[in-house]
Amino acid sequence: MSVFINKETKVIVQGITGETALFHTKQMLEYGTKIVAGVTPGKGGLEIEGVPVFNTVQEAVDATGANVSVIYVPAPFAADAIIEGVDAGLDMTICITEHIPVLDMVKVKRYMEGNKTRLVGPNCPGVITADECKIGIMPGYIHTKGHVGVVSRSGTLTYEAVHQLTQEGIGQTTAVGIGGDPVNGTNFIDCLKAFNEDPETYAVVMIGEIGGTAEEEAAEWVKANMTKPVVGFIGGQTAPPGKRMGHAGAIISGGKGTAAEKIKAMNAAGIEVAPTPSVIGETLIKVIKEKGLYEACKTH
Amino acid sequence: MNIHEYQGKEILRKYGVAVPKGSVAFSPDEAVKAAKELGANVTVVKAQIHAGGRGKAGGVKIAKNLDEVRSYAKELLGKILVTHQTGPEGKEIKRLYIEEGSDIRKEYYLSLVLDRATSCVTMMGSEEGGMDIEEVAESNPEKIFKEVIDPVTGLMPFQARRMAFNMNIPANLVNKASKLMLGIYQAFIDKDASTVEINPLVVTGDDQVVALDAKFNFDSNALYRQKDIVELRDFDEEDPKEIEASKYDLSYISLNGNIGCMVNGAGLAMATMDTISYYGGSPANFLDVGGGATAEKVTEAFKIILSDQNVKGIFVNIFGGIMKCDVIAEGVIIAAKEVGLAVPLVVRLEGTNVDLGKKLLNESGLNIVAADSMADGAQKIVKLVEAEGGVKA
Repeated sequence: MSVFINKETKVIVQGITGETALFHTKQMLEYGTKIVAGVTPGKGGLEIEGVPVFNTVQEAVDATGANVSVIYVPAPFAADAIIEGVDAGLDMTICITEHIPVLDMVKVKRYMEGNKTRLVGPNCPGVITADECKIGIMPGYIHTKGHVGVVSRSGTLTYEAVHQLTQEGIGQTTAVGIGGDPVNGTNFIDCLKAFNEDPETYAVVMIGEIGGTAEEEAAEWVKANMTKPVVGFIGGQTAPPGKRMGHAGAIISGGKGTAAEKIKAMNAAGIEVAPTPSVIGETLIKVIKEKGLYEACKTH
Repeated sequence: MNIHEYQGKEILRKYGVAVPKGSVAFSPDEAVKAAKELGANVTVVKAQIHAGGRGKAGGVKIAKNLDEVRSYAKELLGKILVTHQTGPEGKEIKRLYIEEGSDIRKEYYLSLVLDRATSCVTMMGSEEGGMDIEEVAESNPEKIFKEVIDPVTGLMPFQARRMAFNMNIPANLVNKASKLMLGIYQAFIDKDASTVEINPLVVTGDDQVVALDAKFNFDSNALYRQKDIVELRDFDEEDPKEIEASKYDLSYISLNGNIGCMVNGAGLAMATMDTISYYGGSPANFLDVGGGATAEKVTEAFKIILSDQNVKGIFVNIFGGIMKCDVIAEGVIIAAKEVGLAVPLVVRLEGTNVDLGKKLLNESGLNIVAADSMADGAQKIVKLVEAEGGVKA
């Protein structure tokens, strides 16, 4: 088991003919992901890496039965691509694209209301279920199959955490990068809920960063609902207020969104927070040992 | 991206929002000329810098005649203004806004922001205008009203009226206030703003509802479709290294320390800063080279880091996903050879094409210290910088 995606997932690559998309399509195929179609308007009929290309998402869905898409379309056209995926009735669309104008995302979110599609991202590394399905841009080799769920606002910090877990012999169920934008799809709570319900996931790593209040809301949810141990990390503990740290969402403004506040809220919910990013793995191991879950989580 | 008050008011004027008459001045002569053209009894001389809190810091002067306009203009131009938003180093005043005085009956607060919790643009208003709204939010949160705006309909007139009534704007002026709000909302949407703050919004003695200040922030991701906004950018207000970085699509923020950082991904870049600080060092910058970096971009990033005289060592921390390690290695090698590397360099590579990247660095003949992890790299660079006599944080 896992959350969101597994070896049955059939994937469409939106914007497959772009350079980045091509590189990562190859990587995903090598990992074993079932990529059944690509979409680039005007390139329908081509075949890339053995994958048929269609002009529209609807055509690709009709021809292949795909249920998930991954979007590598440039920022000015990405909101349109997401809505096209929702319109085609996909179960999920994962948007890798960064720098999408935020007012475009406001419209996307409104359009998605009442539709079944789950959006992950934008500005995210994607979703991976170890040994089954990799959708996005994360390096596959750092992941091992196991029992820890990972959810993160930051792409490369997700890799960092997963890498540490793997090196410590702790495998993962699914790792979800939810992205660093202020308006995005799937949030921490959606992922925590899914991990809580997944029988194969025994513990969760949650990685946040400064800006907004998503971590505080997630902590509230954990306190009230979570039956599995959660450990965390917050990036940007030394970031000065008023300076936007790369991600459109990562800014401390009006004294809100500081790392200290988030860590406080997480601790209050029983989430142990790693003091540095280098000890996320160690912190998780400490906690699962306390809960008697270490042996069950250890990859043999 | 930020713009000046006078530029913000220029935008609002085009959307039918009442703002006082005024014009920009770069010298005392221009200030006097502008004031003469206004012909007002009272003229306001306002410092134009990209920071709030100008009034409290002495950046806004009331002049009763042209001589006073001249002397205030002389006093302000070239002065370093320190407000609670500029940091202790302050900002040099290079532009003034010369504006007709307003007969203020009451001050209010109005803003439009993007609210993350609802994923909608939200209008906020209060009758507690003119002061620090964060203080009002702290002490009298019930005095701040909100209207969440549906992107399908946009701000509806009834919402604007409800806000005006909630703010206790006099009943006979509610329609004027509502028209002003609708105009500001339209400007926000058309120009891809991320914040518009009018503090204060005022009701005048002659029953007008006027935006007395205008603070705009724009979504940098949308600038590609806002050419006229890009033209308003004032490079004097920005750090030269940050300007250089933005030319290459690099996300760079100057900090006060001495360890230069080059990282891929904003989260990892912040975490790298945190880790350097944890081991007793002090980062000189935040730098995210992004996902689609080329060797050329990496080279430029390296040059920008080295152009900071405070930098006594560099830590490159890469966990390649979309970014390939060999591309980073190639860029580092070119840059180090081009600019000459006089400070210690620690490199940690992991992720996509890591073996190729490491091989390139090993064969480059450069004096590079390899690190196995972020913690290892941070400790190594902190130690090396200390050995060079770098000051501890």
